[in-house]
Amino acid sequence: MSRVFVAMSGGVDSSVAAALLAERGHDVVGVWMRLTRANGDPDAPRCCGTEQAGEDARRAAAVLGIPFYALDYAEVFGRDVVDRFVDSYAQGETPNPCVACNHYVKFEALMADVVRKFGADRLATGHYARVTHDGAHRLLRARDAAKDQSYALYMLGQRVLSRLEFPVGELADKAETRAIATRFGLPTATKPDSMDICFIGGDYRGFVRERAPEAFVSGPVERLDGSVVGAHAGIGTLTIGQRSGTGIATGERMYVLRLEPDRRAAIVGTREEISATTYELRDVTFTADVPPAGRFRTNAVLRYRGTPLAGWVTVHADGALLDLDTPALVAPGQAAVFYDGDEVVGGGIVTATRAA
Amino acid sequence: MTRVYLDHAATTPVDPEVAEAMARVYRDVPGNPSSIYAEGQAARALVDTAREQVAAAIGASPSEIVFTSGGTEADNLALRGALKARRGERDGLVTTSIEHHAVLDTARDLAEHAHVRFTVVDVAPDGRVPPSAIAAAIDDRTSLVSVMHANNEIGTLQPLAEIGAICRDRGVTFHSDAVQSVGALEFDVRRIPVDLVSLNAHKFYGPKGVGALYVRKGTRVATMQTGGGQEKGRRTGTENVAGIVGLGVAMRIATERRGRESARQAALRDRIIDGVLARVPDAILTGHRTERLPNNASFVIRGTDGASVVMALDLEGFAVSSGSACTSGDTEPSHVILALGIDREAAKGSLRVTVGRGTTDADVDAFIATLPKVVDHVRGTAAVSA
Repeated sequence: MSRVFVAMSGGVDSSVAAALLAERGHDVVGVWMRLTRANGDPDAPRCCGTEQAGEDARRAAAVLGIPFYALDYAEVFGRDVVDRFVDSYAQGETPNPCVACNHYVKFEALMADVVRKFGADRLATGHYARVTHDGAHRLLRARDAAKDQSYALYMLGQRVLSRLEFPVGELADKAETRAIATRFGLPTATKPDSMDICFIGGDYRGFVRERAPEAFVSGPVERLDGSVVGAHAGIGTLTIGQRSGTGIATGERMYVLRLEPDRRAAIVGTREEISATTYELRDVTFTADVPPAGRFRTNAVLRYRGTPLAGWVTVHADGALLDLDTPALVAPGQAAVFYDGDEVVGGGIVTATRAA
Repeated sequence: MTRVYLDHAATTPVDPEVAEAMARVYRDVPGNPSSIYAEGQAARALVDTAREQVAAAIGASPSEIVFTSGGTEADNLALRGALKARRGERDGLVTTSIEHHAVLDTARDLAEHAHVRFTVVDVAPDGRVPPSAIAAAIDDRTSLVSVMHANNEIGTLQPLAEIGAICRDRGVTFHSDAVQSVGALEFDVRRIPVDLVSLNAHKFYGPKGVGALYVRKGTRVATMQTGGGQEKGRRTGTENVAGIVGLGVAMRIATERRGRESARQAALRDRIIDGVLARVPDAILTGHRTERLPNNASFVIRGTDGASVVMALDLEGFAVSSGSACTSGDTEPSHVILALGIDREAAKGSLRVTVGRGTTDADVDAFIATLPKVVDHVRGTAAVSA
């Protein structure tokens, strides 16, 4: 019987993950990650980091009769998720904090602790994804494509994957998850899904504005030819690829093509003017630890729940070049994730568009 | 998995004789002690007997015992009640940096909302409060001095007789939180010049939720709550009859067994101290080596965080504690350990091991064998298989 630690957020998915592993006879230990200090911090995470979520997780663990502990990751979360998120926005990027949290907090700090300090054989979470352990360890989309979260897990390598379990990723759909929660009498069975960025709640712009006011200084809105067509309220309010809500009435549908933080400029254009096909990626990793080839075909997903786009990946010393078959707008800071069918091959963070 | 419980400072298991006495009350004694008919008189008699038992154990007279809901309420009643009773005449409160939160947070609250002047006296690195420092902190308007008898984290015993003599000399009321020591050690108010003493049943094999405040005859304590006037108006509210009976029986048993148990537990404690210091690198004993509770072995283990050590030991079947009880995952170092002059980083590695009546030599052997392995893992110095 192996000892499996389950990261319990207080929600239904991770509670069911714990329940399924316990039912299979594993020695299951529940842990809840404190992501902020207890003293009524107004920036307290809203979903899995709150006191109430911790209590929900504790109740679920008690129903399952498994040991449960709260662990403090406020320091690493503040540094590697919140601060990075704010810095990235201030630089005109559109970061994905869930990717950072998975990377630095759950599968680095927590994984290291449970294996090293507490003798865990495996770590499980309530993510909708699958991992298979037959020789090589492979990361796959969840059986329920609608709930799939494999995008935000692309950075996992063999060492981490070898110790991971995603029990709910094997389930048919969310209804099955809730049915299992009901069967085990889990109080989280009817708890609603979390939607917002966990540590912010609804208004991420207000959150960033407080920490990086320079990202909310007005600047020019320009067309590709350099003509100024309006003004915007700060690059922190803009995301590349969004329909232009930049306050210009030209009668055409306009999209944010590019941000130039140095001179606070936003470049907008029509759908026809979207020409970028080639993107530079940094922090490129592969689930097999090595790329399948120096240059390989892939289906790239460029935002959470995004549509896969066909293209080529060329690996180089500092990262990789993603060359899409058709033009697409991607915001720097987002993850580009490489799929081969349902399997996650790897991915990286979009840094800049490279002129083809 | 067999469990080894080594956290008797947090709470102790209820003695079977205590549980039986309480069960009899719930089964057979339905009355309210304030009622004049037979059922009330039966309940009143049980409360009176318990009051006698508690009084006898500490050399007090029964009229000097006020039952409360536990140690925290007793501390609150002592501080708030004593300061309120002498308000207008004196307004100063002197206490120490290692008191329980029930005292320190009450003192802060009084300073903030009741115009009480609040002075904190530091302890020496061995956890002892120098009586001269208390004397120096007292001025003409000091109303109350509160110094605990035995610290809940490091087990260090304070020189109450000397401090009490200073207080008496200066006309200052003297309170001691003796929650950790009453039951384990002899505590006689005829020998210690103390005016108010807090005690708590669940620290000596009695039930949770019941305690008492000893109030020396002549010491004025104003009530905190108003109502039907029970406990001579000092703690009004219908008595927790079964709990009070449990407290009385637990007190009697503790007094009977104290001499033999203290010696036996002190030997176990010393084996833990010697074993840990010998086998865990960079571990230091916290608190005074000899002036400490017979059941308390407390340490700082550098390079660990106490919560992780507690968790890892729990998974190995051992219940111990890091500083004071906390389940929130918030790793703030203990104010007691910091007060000893230990740096914040090291203070996170505090570990408290407290033995009890049920602890055996085999339990101690198993603990000493397991702790070094757990510490290696938590420090990250153990090899992990890939």
